[in-house]
Amino acid sequence: MSLPTTASTTSGTPRPPVVEAAGITKRFGATTALDGVDLRVEPGTIHALVGRNGAGKSTLVSILTGLQEPDAGSVQFSGQPAPPLGDRTAWRSIVACVYQKSTIIPGLSVAENLFVNSQAADGHLIRWGDLRRKSAELLSAWDVDVDVRTRAEALTVEQRQLVEIARSLSKGARFIILDEPTARLDAAAVDRLFTRIRALQQQGVTFLYISHHLHEIFELCQNVTVYRDARHIVTAPIGDLPHAELVGAMTGEKAAEASDPRPPAPAPDAPVLSVENLTVAGACEDVSFEVRPGEIVGLAGAGGSGKFAVANTIVGLRRPDGGTVQVAGERQRRRADVAHRLKAGIGFVPEDRHHEGFVPGLSIAENITMTVPHRLERNGVLSSRRRTDMATQAIDRLDIVPRRPEQPVAELSGGNQQKVVMARALANEPRLLVLMTPTAGVDIKSKQTLMNAATEAARAHTGVLVVSDDLDDLRYCHRVVIMFRGRVVGELNGEWADQQLVAAMEGIELTS
Amino acid sequence: MTDILTAEREGTDSAARPGSRGVTITLARLRDFALVPPIIAIVVVGSILYPAFRTQATFTDLLSTMAWIALLVVAESLILISGKMDLSLESTVGLAPGVAAWLTLPTGINHGLHLVPGFFAVPIALAVGAVIGAINGFLIVRLRINAFIVTLGMLITLRGVLTGISHGQTFFGLTGSMMYLGSASWLGLPASIWVVLITFAIGIFVLAKTRVGRSLYAIGGNVDAARAAGIRTDRVVWTVLIIGGLLAALAGIVEAGNLASVTSNLGSGRIFDVFAAAVIGGVSLNGGKGSLFGAFTGVLLLNLIFKVLTFAGVPDQWFDFLNGAVILIVLIGQRIVGGRTDT
Repeated sequence: MSLPTTASTTSGTPRPPVVEAAGITKRFGATTALDGVDLRVEPGTIHALVGRNGAGKSTLVSILTGLQEPDAGSVQFSGQPAPPLGDRTAWRSIVACVYQKSTIIPGLSVAENLFVNSQAADGHLIRWGDLRRKSAELLSAWDVDVDVRTRAEALTVEQRQLVEIARSLSKGARFIILDEPTARLDAAAVDRLFTRIRALQQQGVTFLYISHHLHEIFELCQNVTVYRDARHIVTAPIGDLPHAELVGAMTGEKAAEASDPRPPAPAPDAPVLSVENLTVAGACEDVSFEVRPGEIVGLAGAGGSGKFAVANTIVGLRRPDGGTVQVAGERQRRRADVAHRLKAGIGFVPEDRHHEGFVPGLSIAENITMTVPHRLERNGVLSSRRRTDMATQAIDRLDIVPRRPEQPVAELSGGNQQKVVMARALANEPRLLVLMTPTAGVDIKSKQTLMNAATEAARAHTGVLVVSDDLDDLRYCHRVVIMFRGRVVGELNGEWADQQLVAAMEGIELTS
Repeated sequence: MTDILTAEREGTDSAARPGSRGVTITLARLRDFALVPPIIAIVVVGSILYPAFRTQATFTDLLSTMAWIALLVVAESLILISGKMDLSLESTVGLAPGVAAWLTLPTGINHGLHLVPGFFAVPIALAVGAVIGAINGFLIVRLRINAFIVTLGMLITLRGVLTGISHGQTFFGLTGSMMYLGSASWLGLPASIWVVLITFAIGIFVLAKTRVGRSLYAIGGNVDAARAAGIRTDRVVWTVLIIGGLLAALAGIVEAGNLASVTSNLGSGRIFDVFAAAVIGGVSLNGGKGSLFGAFTGVLLLNLIFKVLTFAGVPDQWFDFLNGAVILIVLIGQRIVGGRTDT
């Protein structure tokens, strides 16, 4: 890798911290988003910032990137006070953030995205040839292998992130905030991303790394800062903070050391789901497996394994090209028809909650009861009292905050939105529950609540299919069916080591 | 550590229980009533300035002249809430009664064909509306073409068909069944007013209280989530477009009866008044938001203002300008007062 601009430090005098935020307070109306918090990031480190949803991380990021001003407290970058809010150029030359949501403009080429609003010098016409050449140089300087003529919408999540990182580096920023960068990456892409982050660290780039995946933090970061309920709890070198203590700091509770969260394995019974020789052209081939009542089965696999195609076919979002799906012994029609599958007793959490999970403008109550309007009806007329009652029960069961059935879901935090989606799946009291990446982008506490709801359902004889490659989700499974490139390549039963599972998802043969 | 959590939990609990629930619902409902104060203000001002304004005749006249536009506003609001739009409604208004007149009127003075007895006129008009809605549905739902461009094409095509069959002239001498809704009177009020009130009442009820009604909001708010929740989104949207066509045909029958004729430009150029009324009334162009009550206040407000302007003796030549200006002023006013950003 070549080394553009800012070279490694000539040691001697200790350099000031890349970021020093002190006593930052930020209020929005009655809510205090940050309450006198500190953050100190040493140059050349990868610094983790963790906390549950609502701990104040996003607010801090928007203050550190100059999108908002703190009500109190100061921010210094490398010993210099932060530039004024309006000076975007100055901010961009100091710090950049790669958000969960893309800031790339999908309809434009990669080249144009790299130079949005600076395609040509002031008063000059755009010379596309030059622009493409400059872009290609920039990307190759940072070792990003993407054709600059590609339209940005065609990029994978991984490529998109790399382009965004390269873009921020090109503006001169040497401090990069990564907000949940791995949320939508598969295991192999996560590894490649980590390699790249470490390489950039070698070249003097400093990172603030925000993630809900604690194992990533232990693997990648040198220091960690924990926020909880808008307050600074602790900052320490990662080695000084064992896993349980870190979880304790985040949740404010003594974390019980991980015990087996699975309900007892159910007695053998006729399967509630049997998938036979399922084929979806270009996605999966000849997939067969079963789920019994009360059993929690994982369907695991890396990106491109076809696990979501299988799941979407089961729930009726996609039409299979071959094979059959049976629910409680009843063969399902081939056409994609969610309504019909709901009647057959399937409830599900879709892959992408923003895309398919909820209607943001509608209330918690309406979203939760969206799958079961017949339960609210009397003579064809909906009862809003019944709707509120059902919603209140679900809110209690899943601990949804705020506890107001009429609150629009758009105003909820990510974890609570996902709980609403889970409640919607459970509303029909399904006999088969299909959960696709049920805990993506969700904090530890909500993760537990969500997965506990799934285990509770399993205790009540619902068959549960967890479609995920998140090791934390798969811990809840009695059995994991593993897919690789569209085919089932193995199955883990009872006890297994995480490494076994990861290796199998990467297509390395299972040794029995 | 733990006590912070429990304290917070209890805090949200007590704050969120019964009392506040009522308050939030009232606030959400208040948005539907946003136009009520200006409506009252205009009625009061009009009554003070012009004594003749205060008579029942004024309001009967107002409501019956806006009847057909109000029916179109119901149609457009339903379609907008489910996340689509239909520009062709204004042409359906003309074509549906036009086809009915063409098929039923005697040959001779009109360009009638006299193929079927006059008794069939109303069913024919409604069928034409339904078919147009179904064609829109086929293009938008099945072929997945953008609703704006589909219905713009339909707007031009349907107007062309009406001009063609009528040779650009007016069908007059309409028969009894076509005249009825536009001219009859029930319980001392013109039938057209009842038709509008009943249509709005049914619409408000269906949107608030039935699953298909709620599914329009879900589809307009996030179509993929609605589909994943088991709502047959394509079927619902298609149905809404057909109902839109039917309502437009009904509007056409009412207005044809009112005018006792079908001109070849019946409804022409009025679709943007319909949009404006719906949007002012709080129906979002982005889908998933709004109510028919709000839409009704929208159409009522716009028409009231014109009534007052007529009383004030403003010359006709300035009406288009005033129409546009009023719409813009209301939108700007709402933005300043309510901060509504999504319309």
